[in-house]
Amino acid sequence: MFTMTINQQQVTAREGETILEVAKRNHIQIPTLCHLEGIHQIGACRICVVEVEGAKSLMASCVTPATSGMVVRTHTPKVRKARKVLYELMLSDHPTDCLHCARSHDCEFRQLGEVLQVDVSRFAGQRSKNLVDTSSAAIVRDNNKCILCRRCVSVCNEIQGVGALNAQNRGFGTSISPGGDLLLGSAVCAACGQCTLVCPVNALKEKDATKMVWDALADPELTVVVQTAPAVRAALGEPFGMPPGSLVTGKMAAALRRMGFDAVFDTNFTADLTILEEGYELLGRLAAGALANGAVTREQLDTLNLPGHLPQPVLPMITSCSPGWIKYAEHFYSPYLDHLSSCKSPHMMLGALTKTWYAQKQGIDPKRLFVVSVMPCTAKKYEVTRPEMTTDGIANVDAVLTTRELAQMIREAGIDFTHLPDELFDSPMGLSTGAADIFGVTGGVMEAALRTVYEVVTGRELPFEQLHVQPIVGLERIKTASFQFADVKPEWSFLEGVTARIAVTSGLAGAAHLLDEIAAGQSPYVFIEVMGCPGGCISGGGQPRPVNDDVRRKRLEAIYREDEGKPIRKSHENPDILTLYSEFLGSPGGHVAHNLLHTHYTVRSRT
Amino acid sequence: MAQHCDCQTAVIDEQKAYQTLMQVIEDYDRKPSNLIQILHMAQAIFGYLPEKVQRFICEQMELPFSEVSGVVSFYSYFTTQPKGRHTIQVCLGTACYVRGGKKVLDALKGLLEIDVGETTPDRRFSLEVKRCIGACGLAPAVAINNVVHKRVNPNKLQDMLSQYE
Repeated sequence: MFTMTINQQQVTAREGETILEVAKRNHIQIPTLCHLEGIHQIGACRICVVEVEGAKSLMASCVTPATSGMVVRTHTPKVRKARKVLYELMLSDHPTDCLHCARSHDCEFRQLGEVLQVDVSRFAGQRSKNLVDTSSAAIVRDNNKCILCRRCVSVCNEIQGVGALNAQNRGFGTSISPGGDLLLGSAVCAACGQCTLVCPVNALKEKDATKMVWDALADPELTVVVQTAPAVRAALGEPFGMPPGSLVTGKMAAALRRMGFDAVFDTNFTADLTILEEGYELLGRLAAGALANGAVTREQLDTLNLPGHLPQPVLPMITSCSPGWIKYAEHFYSPYLDHLSSCKSPHMMLGALTKTWYAQKQGIDPKRLFVVSVMPCTAKKYEVTRPEMTTDGIANVDAVLTTRELAQMIREAGIDFTHLPDELFDSPMGLSTGAADIFGVTGGVMEAALRTVYEVVTGRELPFEQLHVQPIVGLERIKTASFQFADVKPEWSFLEGVTARIAVTSGLAGAAHLLDEIAAGQSPYVFIEVMGCPGGCISGGGQPRPVNDDVRRKRLEAIYREDEGKPIRKSHENPDILTLYSEFLGSPGGHVAHNLLHTHYTVRSRT
Repeated sequence: MAQHCDCQTAVIDEQKAYQTLMQVIEDYDRKPSNLIQILHMAQAIFGYLPEKVQRFICEQMELPFSEVSGVVSFYSYFTTQPKGRHTIQVCLGTACYVRGGKKVLDALKGLLEIDVGETTPDRRFSLEVKRCIGACGLAPAVAINNVVHKRVNPNKLQDMLSQYE
């Protein structure tokens, strides 16, 4: 601890803090633009410059360390003039179509102009960039609007370890792009959309699906079905002014009904289904391993309710709900794709069931069914375009909206969201357990799976307080735990005493670490959960901005609150799931389930 | 002696080139911090850095293509265009500049119909700019294939170029 002076005010600073951090703690607001706490701190835009006594030039406060006795002035005429000139220079290479720009309401560049009180734009000249890249199914890149802050570069390279975007060329010719003549659609982009979360302007955004959905809703020939992912309900309130961590499950269902959807289903229903399919797949892989090394006989296995054809005994098995993670694995770890669970993601399962089971029950031609998924995710937009995601030539899901897009549509429909009553989802795919709720947060799929797998094998509840596997709860990048199968049911005797080690990671850089262990033959785990976005779906690429660790924690708590408030908290006890199996699917991993609910993967280039 | 057709020779040459590049990458311990040196060597081997060579480097060094391409496009030394048979370097150092180097350059651009850093479609000439080649007494100077032409007259460039096929 030491003291320094900011604007004639004596303040204390901690070792290692920047001027900006000290100022912020002392309620002195230095404007910033490219700065993103903990993620992007390179002083690229220089909007945060301050005067430091004794320094030759203005200093970028976000990268200048505070030192003892330092004398700083943050808003002198010289500083304010410099900021305005910098702003005007950036503005000279930025379109001023704010009246019809989708980011106008939360554009950080526009907001900064207001703070700096820039009222002229003196510099007019050539524009450096004009590319609008719509090649990706998930993300649109509008380089006209890019202000070269490089936040997306930091997130894509440092946090996600993907490197689909970097600065190309130099000077006035600089642009942020995948390199060469590549467009995003053919680059190694995982479609995670973390870049769209941090972009301060409208240069990176999801590909619009709202028009397609409005058209479907207006088409009298179509029955339009909607489903909502677990993480959407923990964030949809934010665009309507509700604080982060507000749960709006009931209002969301009410809003969707008022928008004109014919059935409002819940992706959480098929999250429960995923647990049964994926749980039994894991048990199948363990059984296949035991069979291969003679620990169990074929006859004993036949008494178990395992998939008809046992899967290959490849361990660790890795979750497959996150399409950004899947695409990343296909690009960078293609030799290890057999570790991925063959389960489709929950919203694809719901789509497949809507156009088969539900269509049959309702007597609707599947071609006249239009399925919309509301997802916290941009990669889901890409996922629905994969050729595997069809049944009998009919797409499982027709359109994917992000949480942000749904909020926009609710506003457009004139619905006063905060005053809506709480309503329920529709049957038969609306009921879910607490296990499904936690799919929206890092560690949740693992915990949900363990609640079922442990109980199937031992006949007892998972031995953790409140069923929460505490070591895998939270925002750390890699979390691990282990438990032992003890006093198992007689038919599972081959698992008696087996210690299962598990790992959970969110964000693709963490996934790379766990995959490198597998590649080196040193992975000690039987089961790994990967979510492509840091924190899991609660901070997916399609969620409302801004997202930081504080917001993540509040959404995470909301998700666990939703789980704890449910009367049923284990997927295998969801009565509607049991009905689905007895009426239509047969058994987990059975013939029908295999055709509709499972998929395969594609080897892709790592460049 | 057996006759080789040109295309076979080209394939063998390309294989050899990639082997040499592989050796370079290993000599530099595959370290990302050595990327610029490796790109320098790669350009020396191939004459330029086409996307295929950049991708090879990415795969060997486990680096994103956007990063390698970012470095290649940042430094004007690197080129993604193949070099012509003859490299023209126009000196724009102070002495050459004041004695008409810029006019020589503009005339060459017009004559060859290419910009600095580019190569004519028939791959005859590549055009570059140098900042002082140390021939100030001969200004304005132009080096072609490292041979210096002194006191170049922008109106008589055709004669100079005709010496190079």
